[in-house]
Amino acid sequence: MPGNVGRAILGPLADQRAVDVLNHSLGLDRPLLVQYWDWISHFVQGDMGTSYIFRAPVAPFVIDALGNSMKLALVAFVMVVPLGILGGIIAALNVNRPIDRIISLGGLSATVLPEFVTGIIFILIFGVWLNWLPIAAVWPEGAGFFTQIYYLILPALPLFLVLFGYIARMARSGMIEALDADYTRTAVLKGLPWRTVIWRHVLRNALLPTITVIATQTGYLIGGLVVVETLFRYQGIGSLIFTAARGKDFPILEAGILTIGIVYSVATLVADLLYSVLNPRIRLGTDQ
Amino acid sequence: MTAIDVKQPELPAANANRSPVTEVLISLSRSGSFLTGLVILLFWIVCALFGEHFTPYDPLADDIINALMPPSADNWFGTDQLGRDVFSRVIVGSRDILTVAPLATLLATVAGTTLGLFTGYFRGLVDDIISRILEAFMAIPVVIVALLAIVALGTSKSTVIIVIGLSFAPIIARTVRSAVLSERELDYVAAAQLRRESALHTMFVEILPNVIPPILVETTVRLGYAIFAVATLSFMGFGIQPPSPDWGLSISSNYGMIGGGFWWTVLFDALAIASLVIGVNLVADGVQGALND
Repeated sequence: MPGNVGRAILGPLADQRAVDVLNHSLGLDRPLLVQYWDWISHFVQGDMGTSYIFRAPVAPFVIDALGNSMKLALVAFVMVVPLGILGGIIAALNVNRPIDRIISLGGLSATVLPEFVTGIIFILIFGVWLNWLPIAAVWPEGAGFFTQIYYLILPALPLFLVLFGYIARMARSGMIEALDADYTRTAVLKGLPWRTVIWRHVLRNALLPTITVIATQTGYLIGGLVVVETLFRYQGIGSLIFTAARGKDFPILEAGILTIGIVYSVATLVADLLYSVLNPRIRLGTDQ
Repeated sequence: MTAIDVKQPELPAANANRSPVTEVLISLSRSGSFLTGLVILLFWIVCALFGEHFTPYDPLADDIINALMPPSADNWFGTDQLGRDVFSRVIVGSRDILTVAPLATLLATVAGTTLGLFTGYFRGLVDDIISRILEAFMAIPVVIVALLAIVALGTSKSTVIIVIGLSFAPIIARTVRSAVLSERELDYVAAAQLRRESALHTMFVEILPNVIPPILVETTVRLGYAIFAVATLSFMGFGIQPPSPDWGLSISSNYGMIGGGFWWTVLFDALAIASLVIGVNLVADGVQGALND
């Protein structure tokens, strides 16, 4: 077991005997395999164990944190998915014109900047100088739905920036491909109005790859959440894992990482199912 | 006028004699984004190497009486909570990130190229097993891997280099593998095999020189992401440790006071990271454009 848990909790000045007693009472002096079997056999029954630091069951911490993170991720996605797709469409309809260059280059440069850098700049602009938005995502007790969203706009912005570039780029290249396809030319030649061609023929085909990209960004989002939640002091799964890692609180760390793994797998599965619903050509399990 | 008429037919001939390396260099020197990125990158490299000789103050010298002073003629970027000159710290702050990120990228390139050559050359079972393991690695976000590695191995610069290097290796391996898959069907590989060259010789002496361009592109792109990752990890308190004037570290130790309006303690570090990341990505963009022509 890396690091001494008793030492991490009691501090460097504590007596070695006190550290040993604490390690014994937490069961940390047992062999690793015994500890692991103990943990995993309880975990599958829904018992995530007891936190070393908080001396309380882990499950409520993880569930609360996951709920908070999902709220933040949802605010970010609600902002970025429509705007990213719209940006990609506008860029594709104006290929190589200035507006396309601005969207493509702007999206690309926003994607490569670390979240805490853009986060700090947003905090300075909107939180400190303009004073429009709160700089920490800690809302007052019993805050309503809209107040919570108000507190989450600033933390969602750095995530928005990173995701915007990816989604806009996919939507743009999908659109360009679909605009160039034979069925689009046929639709135009048979006299359909441009609006109908775009809505009925181009968009439906163009946006399919974008959906996959949105789903694969869940993995990125989890890494991004660790940073953003720390920066904005938000009690989400990312900051929970971060605090647990620093304090060597293994039950919370293990439960948190496993929860993230489950969320990631579910998100990927949902994306695959959604993709086959939207794209009849690859619908699985049906005989031709 | 006749001079022009004589000179023009010579140009194609001169082009034909140029080596591929010269061609790439010429194309790079004409790329605006590459040159802009190169200037930014060189500026920070010079700061990292010689910064301490031209900073107005010692970047590590405390001066508590003059703590948290706003930007002025004496301290262009103000002072931080220990009274250290922010301008001097920003200038020298490029040193750690410009050591750790390139080393991590180098490790990723060496490991990734080796894995890519093996999986692409042997295919079959070797490829299947290694590729599935690499895919599993790629599914985990770097920040999470780093978090776990730091719990297990402790905080140090070498941990960060290893974590980022090994997290990026699968991505480079995938690029190299697909390049090797098309190279190994070419006649020169068959000739080497007929000469009974060993597999190692064929991979590293015959194939490797021919897959250098995609490796070079992937390496410059990865360097951008490595700087992203190193900055993020030092902001999280992993890797680079105080009192280093590292940018990410400075932001993490000063942003707690941002509500008090001490914007100069974080803004310049943030802009420095942003400029370095964008500079490296412009270089990567230029390299990609020059090599894909």
